[in-house]
Amino acid sequence: MNEILRVNLLSPIALAFVLGVLARVIRSEFSLPKEIYQGLSIYLLWSLGLHGGVELAHATLSEIARPAVVTLLIGCLTPISAYLTLRYLGRFGEADSAGIAAHYGSVSAVTFIAASTFVKGMGAEPEGFMPTLLTLLESPGIHIALAIGVLRSGSKSRPTSELLHEVLTGRTMVLLVGGLIVGFLIGDKNWTVIEPFYDTKGAIFRGALCIFMLEMGLLAGSRLGDLKKVGPFLLAFGMIMPLIHGALGAWLGSVAGLSVGGATMLAAMAASASYIAAPPAVRMTLPDANPTYYLTLSLAITFPFNVLVGIPIYFTIAQMAHGVA
Amino acid sequence: MNSTPLKMVVIVAEPVLETRLVAELRELGAKGFSILEGRGEGSRHAHATDLPGSNVRIETIVGEDVADRIMAHMSEHYFAHYSFIAYVIDVAVARGEKYI
Repeated sequence: MNEILRVNLLSPIALAFVLGVLARVIRSEFSLPKEIYQGLSIYLLWSLGLHGGVELAHATLSEIARPAVVTLLIGCLTPISAYLTLRYLGRFGEADSAGIAAHYGSVSAVTFIAASTFVKGMGAEPEGFMPTLLTLLESPGIHIALAIGVLRSGSKSRPTSELLHEVLTGRTMVLLVGGLIVGFLIGDKNWTVIEPFYDTKGAIFRGALCIFMLEMGLLAGSRLGDLKKVGPFLLAFGMIMPLIHGALGAWLGSVAGLSVGGATMLAAMAASASYIAAPPAVRMTLPDANPTYYLTLSLAITFPFNVLVGIPIYFTIAQMAHGVA
Repeated sequence: MNSTPLKMVVIVAEPVLETRLVAELRELGAKGFSILEGRGEGSRHAHATDLPGSNVRIETIVGEDVADRIMAHMSEHYFAHYSFIAYVIDVAVARGEKYI
């Protein structure tokens, strides 16, 4: 376990993130131009979708059915457990509890990518259809949490169709689902031609991820000052909730027949908190929820926790569930 | 040259609201609008820039009655919950019939 942690902390991805945080701490003027950040996120998501689609074409329905059911179950459980913890243990208001729960119900695609790179580096090749599971998990969590918030706080909501449209047509969904379909259709012969550029195990993909992690570090670093504002309960919540959701994901994934690599990735998805799809949806639907809470939690606490120590822990739990640790 | 006295309503708001505001301005009777992006900080201390994206400044030139309707609508729906500024300026425009 210690060795796995050490390997992860010294990986280029983790260190790029740390450098980004440090750049903010020393108040460097360094920043990544918005266009590069957006360009990289398009490249990463599109590669993930394409490569996943090519692998999906090799999977059978029976292989994917149980993991898919388990993924949807996790998508329903995580927003509810997060909401109940915040509302009744943390005594937060309806809007804040539901707003934060929406972030924990949804997925951080970058955490998913980091987990994918980690398990492949450990030699635990995950199932090729993992990106399909990511798209399944993206939306239910947000909707369940927002529905709880709207119903219980009596907030004047927007029409459900508008919210559904926003979440289902966001950048992540278009690139991932679109990539999966395109990858599924093109076949192995076409894939071989573009594989060096889009291979999610390849040098280009991992190199791009390192630059992206610099920006993630900058984003997290700029929120460090807000850590004081969120208080000890949320600080602990931001690390303990992912551990519980991650352990659940690793165990359920293993039960559903996923390999150690696949179960680790499902765990990372369950443990992660969205910071692209969820914040605007929550801002629009539950305006009374404090953005400082949910943004600081997902960006400055849970994301670094998962990338630096969470993923190796989920990997170890998945190994134990498989009886190989 | 003849100019017509009209009102310019200026709204500065969080980027997540842009699509909704534009649709509502149309419904309230605005014939057109300009949108600019920018940075800034207000009494909520950069609350609005917490989410990714720049604040939007939406300008629309309208008649007095529409300006009143827009201001009433905005104060009812947005002031309490969002980082939001709205004000009205007297303007004199050429081709006044374009705006009303």
